[in-house]
Amino acid sequence: MSDNVRMVDAVPAAQAGTPLLQVRDLKMHFPIKEAAGLGRTKKVVQAVDGVSFDLSAGASLGLVGESGCGKSTTGRMITRLLTPTAGQILFKGKDIAKLKERELRPFRRQLQIVFQDPYSSLNPRQTVSNIISTPLRVHNLVKKGKELDRVQELLERVGLNPEHHNRYPNEFSGGQRQRIGIARALAVEPEVIIADEPVSALDVSIQAQVMNLLEDLRRDLGIAFVFIAHDLGVVRHFCDEVAVMYLGKIVEQGPRDQIYGAPQHPYTQALLSAAPDLGTIRGVPPKERIRLVGDVPSPIDPPSGCRFRTRCWKAEDICATQEPPLEPKPLSTAGHVAACHFAEPKVDLTAASA
Amino acid sequence: MSTPAPEDRKDTMVGTAAGEPAPDAAAKRGPSIATREKRQGTLNPSGETPYLVVEDLTVKFPTADGVVSAVNGLSYSVPLGRTLAIVGESGSGKSVSSMAVMGLHDRKRTKITGSIRLGGDEIVGLPENELMKVRGDAVAMVFQDPQSSLHPLYTVGNQITEAYRVHHKVSKDVAKKRALEMLDLVGIPNPIRRFKQYPHEFSGGMRQRAMIAMGLVNDPKLVIADEPTTALDVTVQAQILDLLNNLQKEFGSAIVLITHDLGVVAEMADDVLVMYAGRCVEYGTAEDVLARPRMPYTWGLLESIPTVSAANERLQPIKGLPPSLLSLPSGCSFNPRCPYKERVKGERCTTELPELLPVDGAGAHTSRCHLHDKASIYEAEVAPRLG
Repeated sequence: MSDNVRMVDAVPAAQAGTPLLQVRDLKMHFPIKEAAGLGRTKKVVQAVDGVSFDLSAGASLGLVGESGCGKSTTGRMITRLLTPTAGQILFKGKDIAKLKERELRPFRRQLQIVFQDPYSSLNPRQTVSNIISTPLRVHNLVKKGKELDRVQELLERVGLNPEHHNRYPNEFSGGQRQRIGIARALAVEPEVIIADEPVSALDVSIQAQVMNLLEDLRRDLGIAFVFIAHDLGVVRHFCDEVAVMYLGKIVEQGPRDQIYGAPQHPYTQALLSAAPDLGTIRGVPPKERIRLVGDVPSPIDPPSGCRFRTRCWKAEDICATQEPPLEPKPLSTAGHVAACHFAEPKVDLTAASA
Repeated sequence: MSTPAPEDRKDTMVGTAAGEPAPDAAAKRGPSIATREKRQGTLNPSGETPYLVVEDLTVKFPTADGVVSAVNGLSYSVPLGRTLAIVGESGSGKSVSSMAVMGLHDRKRTKITGSIRLGGDEIVGLPENELMKVRGDAVAMVFQDPQSSLHPLYTVGNQITEAYRVHHKVSKDVAKKRALEMLDLVGIPNPIRRFKQYPHEFSGGMRQRAMIAMGLVNDPKLVIADEPTTALDVTVQAQILDLLNNLQKEFGSAIVLITHDLGVVAEMADDVLVMYAGRCVEYGTAEDVLARPRMPYTWGLLESIPTVSAANERLQPIKGLPPSLLSLPSGCSFNPRCPYKERVKGERCTTELPELLPVDGAGAHTSRCHLHDKASIYEAEVAPRLG
């Protein structure tokens, strides 16, 4: 196995210039049982339906959207906790979307995940030391007997007391548990970390501590992040690039300042406008308010054409018949794409500072 | 959003309060409020006659490990037509204090002292059957999780009509008419069909609307909303907050909004009370607390939130963890985490609990902190970091 690891490590030099991670037309369809009828009709939940993006080494991409938009499913496919229905996941040029468990193992070292809930993602019956050293043993990364040194080094790295390696998860608070989860991901020196809502279960003061830790790791270790969150403030803070998802598709993607400053897709505009913002009291309140009506449609039977059209105030006939491609718009700056027939930038959606 | 200027709300409030005084409470309300106002003139930042008055509320839970002091000497008041937001992290006592207002604590396991008055009537110590008359009638509660707070085996319509019939002697048909009216009012499309459906057939946002319909069916004077939008998506959250705002304008009820999200506070609240470790540490109008905060914990909260509109600078987290409620630190509860305590002469922060005092010597904006030059520290050091 250690041979495999070395082989993978050797790949990037040959292909310098290509992004670390390329996701191409990724799809995840979950089959469901039909409750009514004779069970002959096969229906699927189209959780993710054609997602593509690139991630360069050391970059951070934010995936935002409401619950059920497929952002977490995308994260789980990239780490191959789920096997995609279709599409490619190119890690350093090699497609890992369909690899078998055995072939996948060296890649697992490179792609790590930090989960949302620090209470259910740590085994309550194992000591912290055991939790963090398991990946070290699995991947043969340290010599026998040297494990504890490495565990303590990792604990220190994430801001925990190295003396606490013998404790159990229940002896730690939520924020500290999240740090343990991060230490476990760091143990194998990954190149990409998928952070799936890493701070949404934490209190605000603790949230900032963990955010700063993630930022330090990114800066010091050059780890690339796919940062999945529903909190637009957190994403703005952490990510250089943001992709907005709606019903299994990316509807808009671009550099952070473009997405927040001049969003072009109506859904992005509505999302930004709906986010409750402290700036409304401290600075100049936004001029315009967009309120969506209704709920997100079911991903079992998504609307034809543009999936957002049922809640969109701009929708016309073309939206129902023709699916808008994710493409640069006339007023876009470099790297900013939107999937809308009537895309146009809107400013003034968030409060300005006084 | 449709958040009205505070002046508009005042008008709505006065109109409603004068238009329909609570019949039986009115007699008692007058004198008791008057004496209270004399005693604690600064209790309510707006200076209006409050409907809900909480005074020196203490909630303690005796446990095997010792006594948990969840709420310690909390006082606040809310007039009709105004929204008070209680902000704090988990374990700060914000939910426990509002459950006391609803009388929802287990009597055998809780020690409640102090006073909670609704329109002048004392709630603390009321027998259960008397409490039942208040609960759901004068006071309604909207919970965080609409999935677990609606009964899964009864239709939504059934649950709303029951809430109405408990407090009104009316026929089923009359109650049904009322329930349909409420469903329509909270913006549930096709109420007649929805009336017959079960909670699982509703989406999260719809369920929260149904909860609000149930809460408001008896025209409560006070609505306690405990994290009403925390479980919802941001676009749905905006809908529900708008709905609460509009309903308040229509009915002129007092709202106590419990939340940890300062963004929601900024958009909803007239007054803000910040809680830390069971105590109120800062209290004032939303403008005062959010734009001119005078307590290091509030500063810390504001500095640790990444906002949608702010520039991308490094967050300033509050170091350390909230204290255990089993053994609060001596002096100011916040002192182990406070970066400013060295600036207070002597050991006052660790030995003496600061009182909740007006920040500028007089007025309704109060904070609990020994620091002398809070205003200048905020302007010179904290405000620039907030951008």
